[in-house]
Amino acid sequence: MTKEEKETCLWEVFIQPKNGLSHRHCGSVHASDRELAILSARNVYARRGEGQSIWVVKSTDIVSSDPDKKDEVFSSDDKIYRHPTFYDVPDDVGHM
Amino acid sequence: MTTELQKTGSLIKEFEAKIDQDEKIEPKDFMPEAYRKTLIRQIGQHAHSEVVGMLPEGNWITRAPTLKRKLSLLAKVQDEAGHGLYLYCAAETLGKSRMDMTQELLSGKAKYSSIFNYPTPTWADIGAIGWLVDGAAIMNQIPLCRCSYGPYARAMIRICKEESFHQRQGYEIMLTLAKGTEAQKDMAQRALNRWWWPSVMMFGPSDADSTNTEDSVRWKIKRYTNDELRQKFVDAIVPQAKKIGLTIPDRDLKWDKKRNKGTGGYAYGKIDWDEFWRVIKGDGPMNNERLAAKQRAWNEGTWVRDAAREHALKKQAALQAAE
Ligand SMILES: [Fe+2]
Ligand SMILES: [Fe+2]
Repeated sequence: MTKEEKETCLWEVFIQPKNGLSHRHCGSVHASDRELAILSARNVYARRGEGQSIWVVKSTDIVSSDPDKKDEVFSSDDKIYRHPTFYDVPDDVGHM
Repeated sequence: MTTELQKTGSLIKEFEAKIDQDEKIEPKDFMPEAYRKTLIRQIGQHAHSEVVGMLPEGNWITRAPTLKRKLSLLAKVQDEAGHGLYLYCAAETLGKSRMDMTQELLSGKAKYSSIFNYPTPTWADIGAIGWLVDGAAIMNQIPLCRCSYGPYARAMIRICKEESFHQRQGYEIMLTLAKGTEAQKDMAQRALNRWWWPSVMMFGPSDADSTNTEDSVRWKIKRYTNDELRQKFVDAIVPQAKKIGLTIPDRDLKWDKKRNKGTGGYAYGKIDWDEFWRVIKGDGPMNNERLAAKQRAWNEGTWVRDAAREHALKKQAALQAAE
């Protein structure tokens, strides 16, 4: 290993299977720049026509919510009125 | 006030409850250190096995008998590279760096499946590997698709989708040879003789001697024991061998209606565990060659990695100057 040789950047890979569907995370690759990241993502995650568009994003550029605050961020138990089943409608109204 | 200890205790309870409810554990969730360590070791070994596994087959790419076989083998070996990469990326989510894993493989510190320390002297060995070695890998991997660690389970789903082509292409090679001339049939039989026992050993030590199984089963990393998987493998392969007129090299192989909780299965002969441990400890026919090939590839690739890094730095500098 040469002296400067250290870990290359990690990129998260997202593939869009076809029009009408959104890009979906499928894994990650190591690459020194974005062209190589796309190339590598294609070789690693799309060998069988898995999609028609690839996004790569540097893992360090992803901002995520704090996993320890999951309850604060996502609690909705106290807001059941946001769900359709909260409302009583007579059965004979049919599908609504 | 809760102490650190109480806090950890409740986190462990939460973790265990998730496992019990078949919920997945994701990278940023709390997990006991032993769970993390077990996974890093297992996924790392698995990744290294995919990568080293390219070598015995790569040996025949330039000598495949037809263009069709050559294309299939190239695609298969490329898939194995992909499998290695999916798995390295799953291990990285546990905080293990890619460079560490690479260095551990190159230094000989990390283990990989012993099966790849056997040679591939004939074309039929390529058939036998696809049929038996990939066949055994599939047996191992299908239950791993339900493993409790999310990134590992997702990698396995992707891998399993690709593996069935591997086994089919191998079986087709064996079938073609078995239907060929006497010499071709003989070549297929000899390859089966060479690969049978090492494949049966791929599931690891017998349950009685296996140290890692208990925790792994409790944590739902492993769903079946080594011996259960081995039995499934033998039961699946025996009729496939019969179908193409090849003989499994085991005189003690016979139908036993008591196996598989009374539904029946094949009883098989005694496994040579001394050979298994010998090869694991480094004394297999190809251990040194495999490691040397990986080290050579890494060293010969240094200039490529250097050039890519330099190129990236230059482009970044040009971009900044333009801003
Ligand atoms: Fe594989
Ligand atoms: Fe495979």
